[in-house]
Amino acid sequence: MKLEAVKRILNCQVITGHDKLDEEVGVGCGADLMSDVLAFIKPNALLLTGLTNVQSVRTAEIAEVRAIVYVRGKLPDKEAVDLAKEKGIVLLCTSLPMYESCGRLYQHGLRGGSELEGGLRDAKRAPLLATL
Amino acid sequence: MPREPLFWQRFDICGRNFVDAGKASISIKGILREIGINPSLIRRAAIASYEAEMNVVLYATKGTMELRVTPKDIRVMVEDQGPGIPDIELAMREGYSTASDEIREMGFGAGMGLSNIKKNADAFSIHSAVGKGTTLEITFRL
Repeated sequence: MKLEAVKRILNCQVITGHDKLDEEVGVGCGADLMSDVLAFIKPNALLLTGLTNVQSVRTAEIAEVRAIVYVRGKLPDKEAVDLAKEKGIVLLCTSLPMYESCGRLYQHGLRGGSELEGGLRDAKRAPLLATL
Repeated sequence: MPREPLFWQRFDICGRNFVDAGKASISIKGILREIGINPSLIRRAAIASYEAEMNVVLYATKGTMELRVTPKDIRVMVEDQGPGIPDIELAMREGYSTASDEIREMGFGAGMGLSNIKKNADAFSIHSAVGKGTTLEITFRL
């Protein structure tokens, strides 16, 4: 999914990386604990988080996260924004809460990490969703 | 005689310094990229280093992280002066954590760190003495 689409779907404010919105993310991950992000996130991901300190961006740099969406209207601190500019990581902010943000993106086709490694494949996913 | 490493560097890590926390691992990632290591291996090494570095920052007074690259492998050795781990088997269990609220506010302490280091490494060893500190040796084969 293109970051431009993420911005539109979540009605995001772009904090840094205006020139990179035509780039794509392959998978989404929502977490407030960076230890969980490091354990589960896939490369080229979009991270949705409520953690706004510089560790959110350092974790993104380490785990090759393409862009971060800060949820619940939270804005990252200055150190986080400066590091993101230096490392070319796109930062977005939405007023939507975490659950709704993830749900909207998933509804528009942005998959989760478990689906990339054979967790819940399309063949199983469709009938499961139909029962909900 | 052990073979001379192709590259060697030691980083000092300061406990409770959240501003610089993670900088050594970002340097390691940059070094491995410059050497021309395979990108998926770089990612594994960077994640394991970062987890180990954060453990020193969050729990210890101070420590060092050493990167050694040889023609055969990449080794990251971490040594800290800290409280030590009384029960390593328990600490390795996913979800087990002794983190304070302050550590969780920083975004850490999910109880995934040590197990995630092991998951990303090709070989991993840990030794700890209560009241003295902990040492880790993390190896990635080339």
